[in-house]
Amino acid sequence: MKKITKAMELVATSRIAKAQERVAASLPYARAITHVLTALASNANIDHPLLTPRPVIRRAGVLLVTSDRGLCGGYNANAIRTAEQLIAKLKDEGKEVLLYVVGRKAISYYRFRGREIEASWSGFSEQPRFENAREVGETLIKAFVAGADDTDEHHGADGVRGVDELHVVYTQFKSLMSQTPTATELAPMQVEERTAEEAGVLLPAYEFEPDADALLDALLPKYINTRIYAALLDSAASESASRRRAMKSATDNADEMIKVLTREMNSARQAAITQEISEIVGGANALAAAGSE
Amino acid sequence: MAKELRVELVAVEERIFTGTAELVTARTTEGELGVLPGHAPMLGQLAEPGQVRLKLASGETQVWDVTGGFISVTGEGVTVLAEECSPASAADRH
Repeated sequence: MKKITKAMELVATSRIAKAQERVAASLPYARAITHVLTALASNANIDHPLLTPRPVIRRAGVLLVTSDRGLCGGYNANAIRTAEQLIAKLKDEGKEVLLYVVGRKAISYYRFRGREIEASWSGFSEQPRFENAREVGETLIKAFVAGADDTDEHHGADGVRGVDELHVVYTQFKSLMSQTPTATELAPMQVEERTAEEAGVLLPAYEFEPDADALLDALLPKYINTRIYAALLDSAASESASRRRAMKSATDNADEMIKVLTREMNSARQAAITQEISEIVGGANALAAAGSE
Repeated sequence: MAKELRVELVAVEERIFTGTAELVTARTTEGELGVLPGHAPMLGQLAEPGQVRLKLASGETQVWDVTGGFISVTGEGVTVLAEECSPASAADRH
């Protein structure tokens, strides 16, 4: 028992390191794409659907990232609780909430309660790849774009039930000991537009190939995918960290239990031995007494 | 040779290449593009499937297959963003 939990602890430890490496490896791209987007946004006029808040928000999409496997302490429970709080808040604001779920744990949580899940993905929570993020991202963006022409009664010309807002709930990896579930808004995005004066330097006058709007069209979905990928990676690191901690305390508990049981066994054995000795001594004394008469 | 370009090639999952090069060639959706030091700042979407060629100072040429890519040229250097990026096989080089 102790060996099992110890092994899981060690596996989780090595996974944390791996997950952190991958978070670090994804940073250059994230930085570069943010840089490029800022440059683009400062040069192009921004009225892209992914950037403009809708006047009426009827439906909000919530993407919840959890794990596929259990035995990781409060990791999933915390993520689901944060998601539930967000959903309650959105419902209070009069919005309908569509659920998008990553990870078997949350899927079974909502299935069991008979709640509708709009789309779900699983099987990659510990080692997400960019393709996974892209798959999730494409679904979400499609839903978001489809939400643009929805009215109260109809689902718009495309007949698809879309969303007007996208949120993501994932677990942020702060350190080995602390991981916090967080909810952030994914779309519409807020872009910081910087002018040359604010930036303090002369912004380069970019040439665009093709034109800026077409570029924005191509870049924004990729940016969202990157954000989702980052959320998946962070969650994976958090999951491993939670599991390591859970397994560590399980190992410690097993240690404790082994100590207690060993002690109990020793004292039981000692009692048996003592009894045997006193019986022998008693018997010998009785024999000696009988022989001397 | 006067100046060199600072080149950074980043894919989503990792940084592929950083270093200097004399010439970067890539094909955008608009057409073939060659970037030499001192090129005007620009931002382009790479054609799909696309190749990025780096001519290094040593005279060596590196070729990469790039999908879902963008190229950003600034005063400081060239950044190529790629969704996926792998070294091109020798047969594909042209």
